[in-house]
Amino acid sequence: MEYKLPFEVYNKNLKKGKLLGLKCNDCGTVTCPPTMACSECAGTNHEIHELSGMGKIVTFSVSYVGAEGRQNEHPLTIVLVKLDEGPWIMGNLIDLDPQKVTMEIIGKRVKAGSKMFPGDKYSAAAARPLFSFI
Amino acid sequence: MRRVAVIGTGHSKFMYNSPKTSVEMLSEVAMDAIMDASLKPKDIQAIFAGNGLGDFEEGQSSVSSYVADDIGCFNVPATRYEGACASGSMAVRDAYMWVASGFYDIVLVGGVERATAIGVPLATRAFCTFADSRYEFPAGFNYPASFGMLTYLYSTTYGVPLERLKELMAGVSVQSHEYGLQNPNAQIHQALTKEDVLKSPMISSPIQLHDCCPFTDGSAAIVLASEEIAKKLVKKPVYIAGVGQSSSGKISSQSKHYPRIRARELSVQQAYKMAGLTPQDIDVCELHDCFSIAAIIASEGLGFFEYGTAGEAWERGDTRLGGKIPINLSGGLKSKGHPIGATGVAQVCELTQQLTGNLVDLGRQVEGAKYGLTDTMGADGIVVNIILSAE
Repeated sequence: MEYKLPFEVYNKNLKKGKLLGLKCNDCGTVTCPPTMACSECAGTNHEIHELSGMGKIVTFSVSYVGAEGRQNEHPLTIVLVKLDEGPWIMGNLIDLDPQKVTMEIIGKRVKAGSKMFPGDKYSAAAARPLFSFI
Repeated sequence: MRRVAVIGTGHSKFMYNSPKTSVEMLSEVAMDAIMDASLKPKDIQAIFAGNGLGDFEEGQSSVSSYVADDIGCFNVPATRYEGACASGSMAVRDAYMWVASGFYDIVLVGGVERATAIGVPLATRAFCTFADSRYEFPAGFNYPASFGMLTYLYSTTYGVPLERLKELMAGVSVQSHEYGLQNPNAQIHQALTKEDVLKSPMISSPIQLHDCCPFTDGSAAIVLASEEIAKKLVKKPVYIAGVGQSSSGKISSQSKHYPRIRARELSVQQAYKMAGLTPQDIDVCELHDCFSIAAIIASEGLGFFEYGTAGEAWERGDTRLGGKIPINLSGGLKSKGHPIGATGVAQVCELTQQLTGNLVDLGRQVEGAKYGLTDTMGADGIVVNIILSAE
């Protein structure tokens, strides 16, 4: 069975600021980032669906210690955002100096742009959502 | 399915910068376990070995096969298990099933890791290969950040103010270090105070250095045998009464359950059901405290405490020797160390000692312990639980 929304397509679109997921024709659940089967009913009767990129921060961590090759990105704020369409997604928060980030940001509404992780020896380049406050 | 017993154990000193290679470290404890069971290498029918990152650490994959040859178990089937920090426990569970099914009578289970040789930045990167490389690593994901996110979520979900939660988390680290002082195999022998924890450097908010377990070099091994053979070889076999394992997707896919770890709850229920036991029956537990908050979350998922309350249980002393459910009397991952391929096997070694009453001299014996539970969690939620029984 062919993968309906492979990483390559998802990534190409996120690079342009377009967040794609899958909407299940059977149960209506939106799955993002994409998987082979619906994250709710495990069915595969779904279609590619463009998400709004809007949501609210559910949790975060300001990371000070990076993996090899990524230390210069730190400190950075990693956030988990509940998108308006339902799914959670991981990304980074801009708009606020990481060292000034507190629990006050939880619940704040944000909108996704994107930024490239250029890749390293082990992992391919990939866009990640970059959130800013609405 | 027939009963399976642990009839021999071997456990290395956990440390920084082991002068020995992974094959050597695992070979040593494998021989210890085989001799402890009064057996010879030729008696071992198969080897199951956990090793998470040998490729990164030494440019050495297929450790299990080289160990088989090294210790004189020539040409036996030898399989490597990779389940991130649960690699060793996965090996124990699979080995158990091969013996329980009657296919093998005597097998060796081991685990090894040599993570400190490559230094913290590369070790951190190597551990990140356990995360989703397409959808979560690009955001700068690392495991301290993962448990940092869980900490804030725990605070908001259960209404425990962050400052209070941090103090309770510090209490978890303090207890682990206290017991680690009594374990000669522990990597870190250092008494800690809550102030030490709360003043330690910030790693990934709100996780500080002393909320984190160290990177570790170390190994552990056990011999498993059918009940019939066990009764002939050892006076007091410790039996595997129940096993469970469950998997998870990436962090963001676990939104329905976070900060609870669904995989743990499913895994431990399998183990309890198989053993015919409940959390109240467990006398001693070794659980996955890779971070202080992880211990709190794990103890709740295993059914020992109500959700949102486990930090207070540590504070009350419920988790201490003599408490309601003694947890991580070995020092846990925090103080004993966390060589990821070996951790689950080492937990089984520790509880086998507890259930045979061998820890009196070391000052951490749970008197009359009959049932022990291990818990390990790898990656974003690969959970394995093993229940051991003294009878």
